[in-house]
Amino acid sequence: MQYLLLLYANESDWDKLTPAQQEQGVAAYEAYRQALKEAGALVGANRLQNASSATTVRIKDGKTQVLNGPYADSREQLGGYFLIEAPDLDAALSWAARCPGASHGTVEVRPLWSM
Amino acid sequence: MSASEGDALARSTADAVARRSYGKLVAFLSTRTRDVAAAEDALADAFAAALADWPVNGCPSKPEAWLLTVARRKMIDGSRRRRTGELAANDLAVLYEGMQAAVDEGTEIPDQRLALLFACAHPAIEEGIRAPLMLQVVLGLDAATIASAFLMSPDAMRQRLVRAKNKIRQAGIPFRVPEAGELRPRLDAVLDAIYAAFAEGWADAVGTDVARRDLAEEALFLGRLVTELLPEEPEALGLLGLMLHAEARRRARRGANGEYVPFAEQDIERWDRRMIDEAEAVLLRASRLGAVGRYQLEGAIQSAHVHRRMKGVANWDTVVVLYDALFSMSFSPVVAINRALAIAELRGERAALAALGEIEDDPRLTQYQPYWAARAELLARTGERDEALRSYDIAIGLERDPAVRTYLQKKRAGVGAEAAG
Repeated sequence: MQYLLLLYANESDWDKLTPAQQEQGVAAYEAYRQALKEAGALVGANRLQNASSATTVRIKDGKTQVLNGPYADSREQLGGYFLIEAPDLDAALSWAARCPGASHGTVEVRPLWSM
Repeated sequence: MSASEGDALARSTADAVARRSYGKLVAFLSTRTRDVAAAEDALADAFAAALADWPVNGCPSKPEAWLLTVARRKMIDGSRRRRTGELAANDLAVLYEGMQAAVDEGTEIPDQRLALLFACAHPAIEEGIRAPLMLQVVLGLDAATIASAFLMSPDAMRQRLVRAKNKIRQAGIPFRVPEAGELRPRLDAVLDAIYAAFAEGWADAVGTDVARRDLAEEALFLGRLVTELLPEEPEALGLLGLMLHAEARRRARRGANGEYVPFAEQDIERWDRRMIDEAEAVLLRASRLGAVGRYQLEGAIQSAHVHRRMKGVANWDTVVVLYDALFSMSFSPVVAINRALAIAELRGERAALAALGEIEDDPRLTQYQPYWAARAELLARTGERDEALRSYDIAIGLERDPAVRTYLQKKRAGVGAEAAG
């Protein structure tokens, strides 16, 4: 089965880190990616620009509304994702727990709708 | 006494009884019917009734007997409601017959927790759910807490616990301590489940995660319980000794800033000496019973490591001998990795890498952080830097604990710097 790991974290916490700490943080994610790949579990992954760069679009009563900012204004923002292949939820949760994002934010684990 | 003081007293009395007697009460209520879930429900109702009644009427002098009387009434009511046939009638009969005597004032409630532990770790129960089942049934931990500790979704954990309890009832798993002939293998299953709970709690070194830190304590409680009820079983003592040794070093595993401190660099002043003494005494008792086993060997290895640090005398030859014995008894990747690291100290990195090579085809290792960390460390020492860096990357990516992750990243950076310089 495939699971999407959605990484939520407080962006301002990241901005407060020193460059050396940020570098270490990025390296941890890179290592995590590498481990997923070695285990044959990696399907895809990406990091997103800050939530302030987001724009939302919806059509209400036939009129298009375009708004600045993310869909949900919350303390923690969606910052990236990993799409993984795992035999079951327990295996997906164990990957989620290893994700660096789980120690400085929250990782939401969602199974994909299988077509 | 004010109303809120009465509430507080009632609550703390109920908490104390729950802590001390939960498993005893569940065991007693379910031994004959084998319906653990019904016993837990009835007991939950009884605790709720206590929190309503005790602040008003005062705490009873025998709170356990009070709870048991109320729980028994709830169970009988429940059984009457569900009475659909022979089974319910039978339940009723055994409930009346079995409990009357024990509930009478002044009678000690018989301790059947050991029988309950054996039921939870019965071979008919799926291995992975045995430890969670014990934690819930004997200690009263809720499913959500257990789920977090075992990294499982609360819903899935709840369902598996329900299934396991149904199995006990439907399959007729007996609540009894096995006969001498089958006691040892069945006891191993009980001890394995207790150790699994301990290991989950142990993974949280800082103790920031209260649920998991408590798990180590709960496992120690169960370990002690088994040794009290079966004082002549060497492996039960071995497990207790092993857990005490590990627990004694909990505080030393983190530095002042929360950083990971490996065993060799721990400040031995921060070890709990009383716990170490207790561990040593327990292991000595085990060794006098004359039957070596896995947990005694693991306890002995812990003991050897601790002695080396405290006395400053190298004893790697002893450690390797103990690991060889353990390795021949139970093949596990964990043992193989630690054995290889001990071999590195005694016979050098090449010999250790050769020992690791013997197990590299085991598929369990691809996602096992300690294997990659050990490999990286050994390769770095032999100067095979590229391979070392790659192994460090995988180890870092597989680690859950941020403090250990940072530690591994530092080690990796050290190797990377050498490579560049």
